[in-house]
Amino acid sequence: MKNTAFTEKHIALGAKMAEFAGYNMPISYSGINDEHATVRNNAGIFDVSHMGEFILKGENALDLIQRVTSNDASKLTAGKAQYSCLPNNDGGIVDDLLVYCVEENKVYMLVVNASNIEKDWNWISTFNSKNVEMHNISDKTCLLAIQGPNATKILQPLTDIDILNMKYYTFAKGKFAGVDNVLISATGYTGAGGIEIYFEDKNGDAEKIWNAIFEIGAPQGLKPIGLGARDTLRLEMGFCLYGNDINDTTSPLEAGLGWITKFTKDFTSKNIFEKQKAEGVKRKLVGFEMIDRGIPRHDYLIKDAAGNLIGKVTSGTQAPSLNKAVGLGYVATEHASLDNEIFIEIRNSLVKAKVVKFPFA
Amino acid sequence: MNFPSNFRYTKDHEWISLDGNIATVGITDFAQSELGDIVYVEIDSVGKTLAAETVFGTVEAVKTVSDLFLPVAGKILEFNAALEKQPELVNNDPYVGGWMIKLEVADVKDVEALLDAAAYQNLVH
Repeated sequence: MKNTAFTEKHIALGAKMAEFAGYNMPISYSGINDEHATVRNNAGIFDVSHMGEFILKGENALDLIQRVTSNDASKLTAGKAQYSCLPNNDGGIVDDLLVYCVEENKVYMLVVNASNIEKDWNWISTFNSKNVEMHNISDKTCLLAIQGPNATKILQPLTDIDILNMKYYTFAKGKFAGVDNVLISATGYTGAGGIEIYFEDKNGDAEKIWNAIFEIGAPQGLKPIGLGARDTLRLEMGFCLYGNDINDTTSPLEAGLGWITKFTKDFTSKNIFEKQKAEGVKRKLVGFEMIDRGIPRHDYLIKDAAGNLIGKVTSGTQAPSLNKAVGLGYVATEHASLDNEIFIEIRNSLVKAKVVKFPFA
Repeated sequence: MNFPSNFRYTKDHEWISLDGNIATVGITDFAQSELGDIVYVEIDSVGKTLAAETVFGTVEAVKTVSDLFLPVAGKILEFNAALEKQPELVNNDPYVGGWMIKLEVADVKDVEALLDAAAYQNLVH
């Protein structure tokens, strides 16, 4: 099991630790509900250094990215990032990722899920016929997400970059807490606002940054947050989690990711997606909330009133900010319309739910 | 972590406290801490007579769901209705306010055969 640069800190702070994607990661500190509320109402810090980062460089870097991703990366100018996915040859998803344009037409950074680093690297490499320079910098790159409505206000004194007014999905490189070359990005997986910072752990920089954030943040109520609350926060926003809501067998169109599937360029499985768009998909990822008491969980069956199987839950929880149980799941398209009543099979009984819009929050 | 010395315990992390032939059953401080924030306790076995180690309900935390196992055979008399509105009592007060069921025990000797506080403490440490 690998450690991040902050593993010792998490243990010292009393985190409940568990293995995630091969890393020893903090699952919770003070409790998921408290951590969740801290991020929704104030600010929290997540160590997500387990995530993968690839640098793609050279005059053909954009071509390669366009070929393997579904979104249109040619729209990106330096300092902009976009959400995208890597389709496989069968219309499924290898991974979802962020594409950062560091230098237009020259240098890009791809941020991928920890559990898919090797799979993504190999997949992208098979399409690299024009000698794009690829670097897997995952092991040496730290990633901290500082999220919440007060996150940028709290952190602004640590940098000259104007993070208070940084637009969503833009980024800049500069000095942060006295450390040079920190990439500061107005992105996140919580829907609560804030930034994510990428930097290399050398000469104790990781410790320096962590300590500086706590020194300025702790008196203002900033707290460390584990992966448990990260999951409830993203689920309230209806953000897909790879391995749960999307995987090698789900199409981005089924998953409601048509907005990152652009037919302006050629890419893997484009024909399959065009056909799905023209003919409609057979199943859709929907958000639902429980009407009767019960909590939906990954892989629970979804049935109609007559008890016929119509789909499966992909994520579910008691949503801490909403005080109700919500979930995501694929259902046959005829059952996907808003307010449609569906039934979640929980311990052999059918519990009533209805399709709702997400974000739930 | 606190394990009252007058209770008995199971390896599945339930506690049982006996008064005559009526027992009170809940989950231990260790169990609630492992589960994290508890959001729902579902018990649909009131009125049933069940064997030891059968599932009498489930407890749902934010991230996980876990079955509840009956420590000894008996008839389930009552569910702690306070948990309907305040499932977090199981986290905050696992041995008093967070009790789950009252049980009419078939044979009180079964209770004595369970783990005592010292043995349970050894199990979880």
